[in-house]
Amino acid sequence: MEWLQQLVNGISLGSIYALIALGYTMVYGIIKLINFAHGDVFMLGAFIGFYAIARWDMGFFPALIISMVVCAIIGVIIERVAYKRLRNATRIAALITAIGVSLLIEYTVIFFRGASPEAYPGVLPNKSISILGANISTQSIFILGVTIVLMILLQFIVHKTKIGKAMRAVSHDADAARLMGINVDNTISATFAIGSALAGAAGVIFGVYYTKIDPLMGVLPGLKAFVAAVLGGIGSIPGAMVGGLVLGVVETVVSALGYSLWRDAAAFVILILILILKPSGIFGKNAREKV
Amino acid sequence: MKKSKSFWGYCLLALVIYAVVQLSISMQLLDLYYQNMLITMCINIMLAVSLHIVIGITGQFSIGHAGFLAVGAYLSAVATMKLGLPFPIAILIGAVVAALAGLLVGIPTLRLKGDYLAIATLGFAEIIRIVFLNVDYVGGAAGMVVNHMSTWTYAFIGVVITILVISNFTNSRHGRGCIAIREDEIAADAMGINTTYYKVIAFAIGSFFAGLAGAIYAHNFYIIQPTTFGFLKSFDILIYVVLGGLGSLSGSVLAAILLTVVSTYLANFPETRMIIYSLVLIIVMLYRPTGLMGTKEITDLFKIGKKGGSKA
Repeated sequence: MEWLQQLVNGISLGSIYALIALGYTMVYGIIKLINFAHGDVFMLGAFIGFYAIARWDMGFFPALIISMVVCAIIGVIIERVAYKRLRNATRIAALITAIGVSLLIEYTVIFFRGASPEAYPGVLPNKSISILGANISTQSIFILGVTIVLMILLQFIVHKTKIGKAMRAVSHDADAARLMGINVDNTISATFAIGSALAGAAGVIFGVYYTKIDPLMGVLPGLKAFVAAVLGGIGSIPGAMVGGLVLGVVETVVSALGYSLWRDAAAFVILILILILKPSGIFGKNAREKV
Repeated sequence: MKKSKSFWGYCLLALVIYAVVQLSISMQLLDLYYQNMLITMCINIMLAVSLHIVIGITGQFSIGHAGFLAVGAYLSAVATMKLGLPFPIAILIGAVVAALAGLLVGIPTLRLKGDYLAIATLGFAEIIRIVFLNVDYVGGAAGMVVNHMSTWTYAFIGVVITILVISNFTNSRHGRGCIAIREDEIAADAMGINTTYYKVIAFAIGSFFAGLAGAIYAHNFYIIQPTTFGFLKSFDILIYVVLGGLGSLSGSVLAAILLTVVSTYLANFPETRMIIYSLVLIIVMLYRPTGLMGTKEITDLFKIGKKGGSKA
């Protein structure tokens, strides 16, 4: 029952990707910007969680909540300082700024605490239980549970609350939304806050699950989460979840087959295939180009 | 007639620069530290100019340029170290294979636009890096030992050829086609410009010169490792073009010179260097999104004084 175990590992990894991908897809949906700094918010979330657990002796849930709150604030600050002025700028200018913000966060963290990795303290009970002959750690079930709760919460916010309605309206047509009396700036900030909070949660979960964090850890998961968002259809929330899970499972399968060094290439091969064959992704809408 | 006059003027200028530096090297006025800095400067100028034709002229946003640098570096290193070919032929092999890689990457990806293209080129660069990481023939993660063969002469000839070809390309019919694509792809298409063809051509030329730079780079540092050619290297090249001005050849050359000097002096403080780079990038994009020079060339500045702004 090796494959079942690998499947569970893949889903755990995939749920982390999915949490990060949600932030990408929401921000892209609303201001058409690939927020490269998102992977670094994820890294900051992991570090905030680490300091909360290791220095201030908090449990898992308080650390998770603190990390989410701080990351939400950081996300809003990034949006207000760097991206807000670029709403009407060219796409290239926005993208370059996003790359700049990403590197600024990474190297500021390295500047203040060095590039050395940190070992995450174990806060969750880690026993393995045997289901159908596969050894599945309680930790990965727990992580999966937290992820699912967060996703349900997100669905609730997006579909049942006023701010969620505003977000959907702005992503559909920002000008029309403004004419209807929606405060577009605040809605965009709220989107950044929610996306960054999810990335922060993903950071803490990543730290607990993989036990090692460092200042450049956000780069690769960030890019892969973006791949997941594109795979699911960028701008689509269910797409990001499915894309993340698919990517996690594929990566785990590639590793399990003995090609672990090629694991990172798998994500990019998927990206290029999806961009060439179906750029709108699994759940994406086909957008027609207008002159 | 007038055009060829200024052309010979630039050739003379290039010769003078070359002669002065070569003379001070042979008279041992420049120690190895400065010689190395000058070669690095040449490599960075080649990279900046080769990315300039993709981003600045054709307007296709590629952030995977380090991938082609890696192809040129590894292929030329294989040619000299494993096959025992002479260095000039190895440079040519590196450049040609990088151009082929550019074609291979460009044909499928250049149908994409803007952000998607950027991500796809980044993905390809990562795939190229991971391939080199996994091929034991070129040393895998440990890297490949390469003899030191690059000299100021090779580097400078490389720069002159790169600038010559790319500036002539820009001023040709093909270059105008590329600029039209940058300004408005749909309009260019409607005017009968074969947009895919020109985008792929510009991409292949850019890759060719990135490969050329890679060959000289590989033979300047004794060892090449896949980690050197990661996303950060692509970003380093990108900042030259962005800071210099999207669409300005002399701007990217100046930015490459300036930033090479800055990064040489900050070599012991890599974090500070990256913080400065990223801050510069953000500030330039927020307050002067066209880069320092915009689409102007440095020669335009002199012309304004003489004739009150001549040809565009």
